[in-house]
Amino acid sequence: MKILVLISNVPDTTTKIRFKSDNTAFDDAGVQWIINPWDELALTRAVELKETGGVSLITVANVGNASTEPTLRKALAVGADDAIRIDVEARDAFEVATQLASVAKDYDLIMAGIEASDYNGSAVGGMLAELLDIASVSSVSGINIENGQLLFNREIDGGSQVLSVTTPVVAIVQKGIAKEPRIPAMRGIMMARKKELKVTAPVSAEDRTSFVRFELPPKKAACKMVAEDNAKELVRLLHEEAKVL
Amino acid sequence: MNFDLSPEQIMIRETVREFAEREVKPVAQELDEKSEFSYELTRKIGELGLFGMNIPEKFGGQGLDTLSYIIAVEEMARVDGSQAATLAAHNSLGIGPLLDYGTEEQKLKYLPSLCTGTGLWSFGLTEPGAGSDSRGSKTTAVLDGDEWVINGSKIFITNASVDISLGCTVQAVSGEQNGNKIFTTIIVEKDTPGFRRVPMHNKMMWRASDTAELFFDDVRVPKANLLGKVGDGSHIMLHTLDGGRLSIGAMGLGLAQGAFEMALAYANERQQFGKPIAKFQINAFKLADMALKVELARNLLYKACWLKDEHRPYSKEAAMAKLYCSEVAKEVADEAVQIHGGYGLMKDYAIERFYRDQRLLQIGEGTSEIQRMVISRLIGC
Repeated sequence: MKILVLISNVPDTTTKIRFKSDNTAFDDAGVQWIINPWDELALTRAVELKETGGVSLITVANVGNASTEPTLRKALAVGADDAIRIDVEARDAFEVATQLASVAKDYDLIMAGIEASDYNGSAVGGMLAELLDIASVSSVSGINIENGQLLFNREIDGGSQVLSVTTPVVAIVQKGIAKEPRIPAMRGIMMARKKELKVTAPVSAEDRTSFVRFELPPKKAACKMVAEDNAKELVRLLHEEAKVL
Repeated sequence: MNFDLSPEQIMIRETVREFAEREVKPVAQELDEKSEFSYELTRKIGELGLFGMNIPEKFGGQGLDTLSYIIAVEEMARVDGSQAATLAAHNSLGIGPLLDYGTEEQKLKYLPSLCTGTGLWSFGLTEPGAGSDSRGSKTTAVLDGDEWVINGSKIFITNASVDISLGCTVQAVSGEQNGNKIFTTIIVEKDTPGFRRVPMHNKMMWRASDTAELFFDDVRVPKANLLGKVGDGSHIMLHTLDGGRLSIGAMGLGLAQGAFEMALAYANERQQFGKPIAKFQINAFKLADMALKVELARNLLYKACWLKDEHRPYSKEAAMAKLYCSEVAKEVADEAVQIHGGYGLMKDYAIERFYRDQRLLQIGEGTSEIQRMVISRLIGC
């Protein structure tokens, strides 16, 4: 079985978010980039499956310019066998899915994180399946291979569901897919240097989105302390200032 | 001139930082309080590949450069001095001399298990009466037929008494020539009759690392346990300490970095007189000085590592880096406690542990005074 794990390159989750160009673009100056946490868990599960047998190849793919290569190298250090970077700046989910579709045809299982932690679009996995005209399963929280058969677990209301799926298939994975992201060992880091990172030219894709404006959430107001024996003042503040009573 | 780290070195820094934050940070305070050595963390550090980082792959190591290893120690020390001590001592003092002076047979026998985290190794140099004056050692090694017979004791030896400590490289007096002692280095495995290892408890610092007293009472080991040649002891010691100084420098740098980050975060959060205390110039300038010292320490230490990796002389720079990084650790940790105010004196705040842990750094592997002596000799005084 050949697995393709989609890797989004996102700002570190502790990044202080700023915008530029009159609030129409993200200001990436000084930003630390990481593998999207959901994709990192997907990759971890893929590596676990390979270790238990039944997986012959794990490829990671990303749509982005050369600045995303350290993220792909980390994915190789964690255990992917090779990497593909489609050399174009990702503009929106449709473009990313279109680009990925051009390299995703030869895989049995395609794993996509449920969302990327930057734009939270939750769209690429489903779009990719449509473009490839193959099935997709959303909210997958477990993947196993039993006797060569691919089994997905899904959380449903009040329980869980086990699906037997045919390949090729896109699994849109979420919490539970792996316990915690795997930290690459020193040996993996050294081996990653020698693994293939293929850069491919983009296909033409329609630009379907334009950003009108970004806004930061309102600043948190200062915390007001109320003496423990002054419930009256607390009620007054909740009523008159916070207006929640 | 190029100050960029290689992509691998950057990834090693990120990886060890992630490991230290995820695996070490949550348990560091408890291990410190209980004065408990963690076999589990040691095993995980081994699995990550941090033991034997500079060892060639054929002996089970990673074959990495000095700077990569130093970055790993720095990142561990940024979170916890005890784990950084286990890591640094094992690599520099345990593995180092075996790699640099062992025969092919000795290397194949010992190094693979020492690279996995399932076994640790120690370097027995300091004695109750021989600290800075290492030539005052009284432990003796006498060749009797096909065996070395060792008598004496060692003190303050890291990684020497835990269950997974497999043995020690012992510095001993093997004779005298023209009134000068001849030093020879011998390998002693843990279960050798007459070799006793006693853990030293209740340290002020590095409380979750293993420190031991060693006693040798007619300890007999095969002649083949000689490391290097008879009389090589002083050379092996000086060479090992040069590398060890870089490790201690990395521990000082990492500790200072961690203390600085804690102080900066606290100063931006703590409100007094209606604003964060970082907005008061006296604290802002203090933090600026701390950042400056950390930056200088890093540049000095990395340069010494670069010299070593380029196979150029680095004794002077190693002594400078050890001295400066350890003193910066003291200064930064001290100011970080000051910024934390009363909370900095409480064990609930990690800075309290950092303040204790830094104190060894100006003493271990050559005191600050000895470093100044080394530097002064190397600049021609």
